[in-house]
Amino acid sequence: MSSTAEGIAGPRVAAKSEPVTARLGRRLTRGPLNVFLILVGLFWLIPSFGLLISSFRAPADYAESGWWTVLSEPAALTMDGYKNLIGNESMMQGLMNTVKIAVPSSILVVVIAALAAYAFAWVGFRGRDALFLLVVALLVVPLQMALIPASRLFNVTGIFGTIWAVIAFHIAFGLPFAIFLLRNFFAGIPKDLLEAARIDGASEWQIFSRLVLPLGMPAIASLFIFQFLWTWNDLLVGLTFGGESSPLTVLIRQEMRQYGTNIDTIAPGAMLLMIVPLAVFFAFQRYFVQGLLAGAVK
Amino acid sequence: MAVASSDVSAKSKGRRSRPKRPGGRRPLVALAFLLPALILLGALVVYPVVDTVAQSFQDQDTRQFIGLENYRRALDRDTTITALKNTLIWVILVPGLITGGGLIFAVLSERVRYGTAIKVILFMPMAISALSVGVIWRIMYEQDPSRGFVNAVIGAGVDTVKGEGAYPNATVSAEQDLAQNAQGVVSDQELNAGDTVTFGLVSITDEEVPADAEQAAAPEGNEGAITAVAWRDFKPGGGTAGEIEDGELGLPDVAIELLNSEGEVIETDTTGSDGSVTFEDPGGGPFTSRVAASNFDEGFQGFAWLAPALVTPSIIAAFIWGGIGFAVIVIAAGLAALPRDLLEAARTDGATEWQVFRMITVPLMAPILGVVFITMTINVLKIFDIVYVTAPGASINAASVVALDMWRTSFQGRQFGIGAAIAIFLFLMVIPIMVLNLRRFRRDEA
Repeated sequence: MSSTAEGIAGPRVAAKSEPVTARLGRRLTRGPLNVFLILVGLFWLIPSFGLLISSFRAPADYAESGWWTVLSEPAALTMDGYKNLIGNESMMQGLMNTVKIAVPSSILVVVIAALAAYAFAWVGFRGRDALFLLVVALLVVPLQMALIPASRLFNVTGIFGTIWAVIAFHIAFGLPFAIFLLRNFFAGIPKDLLEAARIDGASEWQIFSRLVLPLGMPAIASLFIFQFLWTWNDLLVGLTFGGESSPLTVLIRQEMRQYGTNIDTIAPGAMLLMIVPLAVFFAFQRYFVQGLLAGAVK
Repeated sequence: MAVASSDVSAKSKGRRSRPKRPGGRRPLVALAFLLPALILLGALVVYPVVDTVAQSFQDQDTRQFIGLENYRRALDRDTTITALKNTLIWVILVPGLITGGGLIFAVLSERVRYGTAIKVILFMPMAISALSVGVIWRIMYEQDPSRGFVNAVIGAGVDTVKGEGAYPNATVSAEQDLAQNAQGVVSDQELNAGDTVTFGLVSITDEEVPADAEQAAAPEGNEGAITAVAWRDFKPGGGTAGEIEDGELGLPDVAIELLNSEGEVIETDTTGSDGSVTFEDPGGGPFTSRVAASNFDEGFQGFAWLAPALVTPSIIAAFIWGGIGFAVIVIAAGLAALPRDLLEAARTDGATEWQVFRMITVPLMAPILGVVFITMTINVLKIFDIVYVTAPGASINAASVVALDMWRTSFQGRQFGIGAAIAIFLFLMVIPIMVLNLRRFRRDEA
């Protein structure tokens, strides 16, 4: 884990030589600390573990006993839930929809926000500050403020119930944060670099695509990962505008109406939904953390 | 954005002054770069927000101005009032708990070698969808202690302390003058020294009868003593109810209480292997007697975590489980930036760890704690999916929050006017944070 954990690891306090008695005393006071932290760790691990095991159990077993009983009789585990899930056409279509929604909306948010952020950071125009203040104001506007008119708009344009409605809405509500983050990052690029490019006769587009975008790559990567996780995990937008093109989250939520009998679809479905975000999380943890801090810390 | 959108003062390395505009004003260039964003923001954020504000004052069908009618109707609904109350509970509890908990976990995990692992574990649920978090906790919160982990852990504790009754399902057999109630199985028969009383019980499985149980015998009166017998009034083939017969076993370990005429328990004893117990020398009567309620104690049955009474605290716990990682990571990054010398100097001067924490760490961390707190406040105000997923159908009204009520009213109830009014409630709640953001942004940019 050490290679992936670097984003989270704090600074190492240099080990100093200290008297044996001091070290012993510290070790003794650490007993309760260790117990506490290990309990905390277990408390945060056990629930996910419970879902993992439950996803390999038959509904009859689920109704009969707790998942931890499997630890003493592992023979009761079954792959049937996953087999059924993969054989379930509408669930697989839901997974496809999730991919088809999350990938384009993440890419497009980054592209559109990067263009706008460049203008906010480096192109002069009247009303720039006022417009950016509007973006800052939009940062905290709840989705709920737009759902009703947006669904009307999607109906009128005929894209209600298609992935395009979901994608468009995701992009629009992803933009304020994306523009904000990238504008701040782009504005940190040394002015001399841009001046030099201009003097060399580079066009705005060339400066943007050859200079600012490559230099902004760390922020862009963070943003992409955020947006991807956000859209992949979304339930509300898909539920409201998805219709026949609903993502996996919506389909699993529908199964939950008959929670007990459908647990063999729900639990593997919830696991399937988790695999991609967890893989992204562990693979790009550093960017994830950086993006988080860029948004949150002075 | 779910995370980190609150602090508008994020800055990048080095830059302090506002970027100059090389080449002066070029509105057409700017427009070209801004156009896609402006179209999307205009069509799907700004216009809808304005339209929702308008709709909240209009009739849903005719779109005539009807003043505050939609707001009045919203506030007349129990579901909206419950949702507003619950959102208030969320906002009061959750940001503080997450910020405080995040600070504690971040500080403590800095002090152990496996601190990074702990932080990764705490952080991991952040990548998981609210839907999966909801499913995870539905499984954890199952009420039956043999199925739900939370109740199983609590049950293990409770049953060790209290113990379970020996015959939890037993009932009184027919043809007897006995009443079963909260006090146990009660006999009205007046008892004086030398009298006997019998308690015939059924609905006891073979497994529940201890191996040392012996044939029950009808009690014989003992001079100066009261004798009671509890037996299993059942044998293969049936037998006669209310009579002690061959093949019917006495019930050992049954607690029997002797009560005086005031109804106070004066003596309690447990039956032997033939199901009999003798109260020697009870003194002057009359007495009554009963099989104590503790014999029928079913043990811990599990809390109904997701029933209407507990559903909001339960979902809040699930949300904290999913969201505390954010606080831990942001605060840990802040701790890493603290001036080590200052902390060391304080320790050298004899400050205790608690004093260092309270007098140095917390004050220096205050701005970051504030950011975490505000970010969590916004997230909590907008909370929707974890409630919608975790609350079972029977509890969803009790668990509802403003964002969920808005959605259900609009898209399940098709009442767009009232839905718009509820959306405005939500909007009013985020406005203070919006103002705070704007002021801070202007200050930082100035």
